[in-house]
Parts: sequence; C-alpha cells; structure tokens
Amino acid sequence: MRAWLQHHGLSLAQTLARLARSPFATTLNVLAIGVAAALPFGVYCVLGNFESLSRNASVDPQLSVFLARDAAKPEIGAVEARLKDARGVSAVRFVSRDAALVELNRVAGMQEVIASLPQNPLPDAFVVTLSGSDPALADRLELEFKSLPKVAYVQADSAWVRRLDALLRLGRTAVGLLAVLLGLALVAVTFNTIRLQILTQRDEIELCRLIGATHAYIRRPYFYLGSLLGLFGGIAALAIVLSGLTVLNRDLADLAYLYGSNVSLKFPSPNEMISALLAAVALGWLGAYLSVSRHLLETDRD
Amino acid sequence: MTDGVAIISLRQVSKRYPGGFEALKAVSFAVEPGEMLFLTGHSGAGKTTLLKLIAAIERANGGAVLVNGQNLSALRPAAIPYLRRNLGLVFQGQKLLFDRSVFDNVMLPLIVTGQPYREAARRARAALDKVGLLPREKANPVTLSGGEQQRLCVARAVVNRPAILLADEPTASLDAAYADEIMEMFSAFNQVGVTVLVATHDRQLIGKYRKRVLTLDHGKLQ
Repeated sequence: MRAWLQHHGLSLAQTLARLARSPFATTLNVLAIGVAAALPFGVYCVLGNFESLSRNASVDPQLSVFLARDAAKPEIGAVEARLKDARGVSAVRFVSRDAALVELNRVAGMQEVIASLPQNPLPDAFVVTLSGSDPALADRLELEFKSLPKVAYVQADSAWVRRLDALLRLGRTAVGLLAVLLGLALVAVTFNTIRLQILTQRDEIELCRLIGATHAYIRRPYFYLGSLLGLFGGIAALAIVLSGLTVLNRDLADLAYLYGSNVSLKFPSPNEMISALLAAVALGWLGAYLSVSRHLLETDRD
Repeated sequence: MTDGVAIISLRQVSKRYPGGFEALKAVSFAVEPGEMLFLTGHSGAGKTTLLKLIAAIERANGGAVLVNGQNLSALRPAAIPYLRRNLGLVFQGQKLLFDRSVFDNVMLPLIVTGQPYREAARRARAALDKVGLLPREKANPVTLSGGEQQRLCVARAVVNRPAILLADEPTASLDAAYADEIMEMFSAFNQVGVTVLVATHDRQLIGKYRKRVLTLDHGKLQ
C-alpha cells in the first residue's frame, strides 16, 4: 500500500517535471485545450445570464381579461369570482372602463383622439396576475377565461417571454452540441499529446512490461499526464471566460448607463467552475486512457 | 520426463511465424529447479524464440509450455506480468535506459513490482555490489564499457531475486575475459539455487562448464 502510494507520488512528480521540461509545447497544449473548453463554457455563462433575465421578467406574467360592452354589474361580479377561484392566479385587479379612459388620457397625444370619440369605447377589464411563470399555465388560464360568460377577449402579456424561452432552448441545445464537439476535440488533443509521449518512451514501456509491469502500472503516469493537461486546460478556460466576462461587463456598464439601468453579466458560480474543471480533467483522462490502451493493444499484437 | 518437479517444461512445442517460417518444431524438454543448462545452436536455430516462449513474450502455436507449473497458453494476459516477476531476463539487445543512472536502471524492476523505496534501494545497491558496479551507481550507463553494461543487465535481471534466470547471448559482444566474468556470475547465482538457462553459440564457453547442453538445429532439438 505504501509502495503503491509512493509510486503514485512518483508518477505525479515525474509527470509534472516532464511538463515543466518542455514549457513551450505544454503551454500550447494547455492553450488548445483551454480554448476548446472556454467556448462552450463561455456561451453557457452568457446564456445563463439571459435565462435569469427571462426569469426576472416573467416573475408575474399577466393576463388582461376584457369584458363584453354589455356586461352588467352582477355579471362582472360573477366573472371576478371565477377569476379569483381559478388555480394559479395570485391577484385580480378590476379596471373599470372609466378608469381605463382616464389612464389613456394621460398618454401624450391621446387626448385629442379621445375627445373626438362620441363615447367611451373601452370595455371593463380585469388584470389577472399569475402565480407562476410557466407558459403552460398561462395557456391553460387563457383558454379557461375565454370561455367565461361575458368575456370578450383575453390577452396574454407573456408572449415575448415565451419567445425568449424558445430562443434560450435553442441556445441551450447549441451549447450542448458545441460542448460535445469541443469535448471530442479535447479528447483528441490529449490523445495525440499522450501518443507522442508514449512514442518517446516506448523502449521504457517495452522494458517495463518485460520485467513484470502490469497494465495499470504502465497507464498510471499517462493518466496523470492526461488529467493534468485537462486540469491546466480547464484553468486556462476559466481564466479566458472570467476575463471575457470582465471585459464584456465594462462595455455593458456603459450601455446600461445610457439606458438608465444597471445590468451586468453574472460570473459563474463556484459550483459551475468546479464542474467545468472536473469535466476537463475527465476528458483529459479519457484521452490518456484511449491513447495508452491503443498502444498496449498494438504492442500486444506482435 | 520428470514433470512433477520440473520448473520449466516444454512438450511438443512448435512455433510458426506469420509468413510460414517454422522457428521451433515439436521441442520437448524439462528443467529441474536449481539446474543450470546451456541452449546452443547456429544463428536462427530458434534459441531466442525458445526463451521468448518461456517468458510469455510470444505464444506457442502447438504443444504446452509450463513454467512453475503454470501452462502459459492457458494464462490470462493479466497474469503474465506476475509470471515474469519470477524470471530474470538478460536480453540480447540489453535494453538499458540511457535517460537515467545505473542505480535507477537496477531500481526499475523493484519499482515496477511495487517494492517500498527504501527496501528497493538497499536491494539495488546489493545487486550492483554483486556485479562490481556499486562505485558507478550514479553514472549514466552510456559511459560504461561493454562488459560493465552487460554486468548492469545481469544486476537488473537478478535484483528481484527471480527463481529462473534466462539469458540470451549474454556474452555475444564481449571479449573472452569479460565473457568469463559474466558466466562466473551466472554460475554463482546457480549455486545459491537459481535455475539458469543460457542461450549462446559460444561452444568454447560451454566447454568450461559441466552442464547439460540443449542443441537446436533448424528448430529441432538434437
């Protein structure tokens, strides 16, 4: 057991020394992996920001329920009761046709239009606030309210939220595809790097096998090499993404200032960063596994 | 045949290489534990192939090779490393690693088999001492003479205290004095109980020892 740990320590130390001996090649490899990993991770982070934006915007999606012009007081009361009883409704506000006209009057340029009308054209209406931002809920309630007596028209104010939602779904799929493709690239980069390393050490590997080394022993240093390449590549990817977000935030602050708001891109959470690093390490390990297995298989054959 | 006590036993072993060349034809013999014997024959007679079969570096096409009672053709690939740990191999091409010191070359079999470092270092120095290379432990093997390199190979082969020592032309590139030196070392290991099988075409050297001699001729045992 102690000897086993010693060998692990030795493998790790030798691998680090080997990487340090060729700093230029190591840096380029780490950069290649870093860029490959930074693309999907960066897009994922930006997308996450849009997602929280859409979540904030749709905190209280509303439905406007317009009543028929001839709805009488008791009928209005009946509709109000049904609206309040419906599941998924958090608040119901009545806007009378007179109140609506007063409100419309406040909008610049509308006074003349309204004054030219013979009578108030607006219907009584309810503004219904939904308790959840689920688009399915809004759809269901919209249909339900439409079928109420004396309801002329129901307008959902969440259409744009749903469009954004669909766009984000598209974005998530794109990130998924990008991650798979660049994950493959990452495996390929480590595979080739390890293959080169194996070829320079093929005499040593052959000798070790002749004097009783197990496959696990042969693989061990290359697992460290692959995992370390993945780890350093992952760190490079995080550095690229974090500095990218910082630069974007600087420009975004100017833009937001001009619009009188205060938005900025959020940085990935520690959990997300650790997950990204672990994924890079795992892919590096996989590249090493494939590379060494291939070599062992090739040399087994002859 | 005394298979019951044999440490190495071959029965009707044949080896054909892709392309049809028959390196060994129905070879049978048995080696008792603690025996020392020579394997001789012309170049291309199959000496190296025979040693490779015993070390499970190659597989026989027919017949059975038994080492330590294990039938090698039935051996799982994962068990081969553990078989080889019982063997000390002196290769024809030496296979020394020139990117590390003499000491580290001898350390390798011990590290591969998972010995604790301190104990391994002690045994590596003991092995180097036995072949007279302890003063050169920090040197790079490339700076050693041919005879010293061959002694280093012997030290590496015996450092794991194998039960069987297989040597393929260990004196091929050495002058007579160095060759005698190496052969004396093998004889000394044999006297402490190691089974030694030496493949060589040097009949003069064989004549100095009263040991069994197996002669191969075009893949057939004479």
